[in-house]
Amino acid sequence: MEIIRKATPTDTVPRWEVVQEDCVHAEDSQALASSGQVTVTLERWRAEADALKARGQVGLRVLGEVDPGDYADVLPHVDLVCIQFPKFADGRGYSAARLLRERYGFTGTLRALGDVLRDQLNYMARCGFDSFVMAPGKDPRASLSAFEDFSESYQPAADEVLPLWRRASLPGFSLSDFSKVDGNREGAA
Amino acid sequence: MYQYNEFDQKIVRQRAAQFGDQVRRRLSGEVTENEFKPLRLQNGLYMQLHAYMLRVAIPYGLLSSAQLRKLAHIARTYDRDYAHFTTRQNIQYNWPKLQDVPKILEELAEVEMHAIQTSGNCIRNITSDPFAGVARDEIEDPRPYCELLRQWSTFHPEFAYLPRKFKFAVTGAEEDRAAIQVHDIGIRLVRGEDGTVGLAFYVGGGLGRTPFVAPCIQPFVPKAHLLTYSEAILRVYNRLGRRDNMYKARIKILVKSMGAEAFAHAVEEEWQYIKDGPLQLREQDIARVKSYFQEPEYPVFQGTAPTVESLMLSKEKPSDPAFSAWVDNNVVGHRKPGYVAVSLSMKRETLPPGDVTDNHLDALADLADRYSMGEAVVTHRQNVVFPNVQVALLPPLWEELTQLGFATPNLQRLTDVIACPGLDFCNLANARSIPVAMRITERFQDLEKLYELGQVTLNISGCINACGHHHVGNLGVLGIDKLGVEHYQLMLGGSSANDASIGKILGKAFTEHEIADAVEKALLCYIGLRTSPQESFLATYRRVGAQPFKDAVYGDH
Ligand code: SF4
Repeated sequence: MEIIRKATPTDTVPRWEVVQEDCVHAEDSQALASSGQVTVTLERWRAEADALKARGQVGLRVLGEVDPGDYADVLPHVDLVCIQFPKFADGRGYSAARLLRERYGFTGTLRALGDVLRDQLNYMARCGFDSFVMAPGKDPRASLSAFEDFSESYQPAADEVLPLWRRASLPGFSLSDFSKVDGNREGAA
Repeated sequence: MYQYNEFDQKIVRQRAAQFGDQVRRRLSGEVTENEFKPLRLQNGLYMQLHAYMLRVAIPYGLLSSAQLRKLAHIARTYDRDYAHFTTRQNIQYNWPKLQDVPKILEELAEVEMHAIQTSGNCIRNITSDPFAGVARDEIEDPRPYCELLRQWSTFHPEFAYLPRKFKFAVTGAEEDRAAIQVHDIGIRLVRGEDGTVGLAFYVGGGLGRTPFVAPCIQPFVPKAHLLTYSEAILRVYNRLGRRDNMYKARIKILVKSMGAEAFAHAVEEEWQYIKDGPLQLREQDIARVKSYFQEPEYPVFQGTAPTVESLMLSKEKPSDPAFSAWVDNNVVGHRKPGYVAVSLSMKRETLPPGDVTDNHLDALADLADRYSMGEAVVTHRQNVVFPNVQVALLPPLWEELTQLGFATPNLQRLTDVIACPGLDFCNLANARSIPVAMRITERFQDLEKLYELGQVTLNISGCINACGHHHVGNLGVLGIDKLGVEHYQLMLGGSSANDASIGKILGKAFTEHEIADAVEKALLCYIGLRTSPQESFLATYRRVGAQPFKDAVYGDH
């Protein structure tokens, strides 16, 4: 399966790439292969937590409407959380992503699944998603330019950008030498 | 007024370019109409009955003369020589071609305007008091706070796909002229016990099919928390608001179903997590935005500044009694001695309420330059205010306005009708609102009649969506469909001022031919019942209740 992901997650200026990655989104009744990346539902995790921890390479798969507080205890045991968008216009997944990043400190891979379309990618990334599976039939490569639509944003989100009204008042600040590094991170000025 | 810095400028230009690409992909079929819809909506582009409609934001209603000229140019070049002021301080074009829209957005960007988030299930244009910055009853100018909200909400990545649309209104005055209690969030600047200025938050008001007056969920939020508190409210709403039924998706339904107290509690809880984050405003952040709204340099008067009273006693006063009527009705006091704010009535017999031609817009720009320091404000009653007029210039301004037809002294009077576009333009409509508005305007043209009636507001919507704010008109008219025939319900007792209330339906609906009669009967009934000409329609209605009006309107049927 092709996914979009942050090319160099440590880079302060994210670049995005399309890579092949195999990941089985297992149904609750489906037996898991002994190895390889899988995701399971929260219900399954609750039922089989010990076995899943022992197996490893298990990510969690939840609907955007589920309160991240309901699975905060699982986060230390997984490094992949997939949030499903049943419809692209269901905005709950955006709040869930921000909460995972900003409140629950999740630093693993946060992937958007489901009705994921080009024109929402930028907002999703700002809310903390760093990986995407495009909706069926949508070309991930043609979607990469979405991340370049805007070079500025007004408000802080999971990307920790300082509000524009604060950045604009930083000393020695000018548009030409400004990129999303250093000074726009909270506390770095 | 607020001036874009290089970032604001860059963002609106990038938005225009982004939308250009989206239109290109739509026209090539790469993007389906279903996928395109929310994208065009977030750029203010609706599909209407006959064509696309483009809605352009006028943040807090404020326009420079350069912007007015650009709006005129767009009406001329891309539309049929006119545009329409809405009840939310926006301006709409009814006939743009899809392929022209990116070009229109570019032209708007040249004058620091845009159509961002003027529709769609996101945070919409922030509205305010048309007399903001000059009103005498103002605690503080609300526009810097509106501007901060505008910046925060523009392309907010978390709140682009809310359960439903979301509207803010902010006032800094004692008298609410921004109808804040019928907004999703209404913010009032208030003075706390220790004298500091803070924000009272009213949440969950709205019109539409289930109208509510918003409860105050927090009477005092420090200014530094304008955005953190707003973000907490939006997050609670985004997560908990209903998405299964679009008629129950507005925040008012959530507040109602949770109860205002429980809702306030959920917000408070969310707020604790984020209130100390980077969204908290520092003194200097507010000061920076405030610096854009500083008072203009008013010329200093030799000796005492002229007042309206002194003008009316002087020989400069035109002898035409229409001038006095106009001053009484359309001119209000100003914070600055020697100045007044003047309301222009945009309602005329020949044009639907809210409509302006390209020539009108150019004329407004020209007058604003010569009489109002280059600024004009559009109001939610679909009129225009010149906020900075020298008292001494009232006579020549009045003459020019009279020639243009903008000097009707009918502000807050019956013929100052609010009406939505209705069935003539809108595909959601049940009935036409414009012809009804025009028929009523015609019937009550007689100025004498107007004066006898005193202050009374009449609001007309073509359907339950209530774009014409019919619930909060002292008289409200709502178009409904009865077995395929246009009918009109009459409701009485609404108000969007400090004493906000939702009007009540009087009785069975009227046909198109009966509704003007019904309005007239209700008004005659009021004249018969009022204790003195000083008792307004609303006060009388509240005193006597609906029954006498019912008898008067339905009695001889
Ligand atoms: S109230 Fe109804 S008819 Fe009027 S503009 Fe709104 S949706 Fe259209």
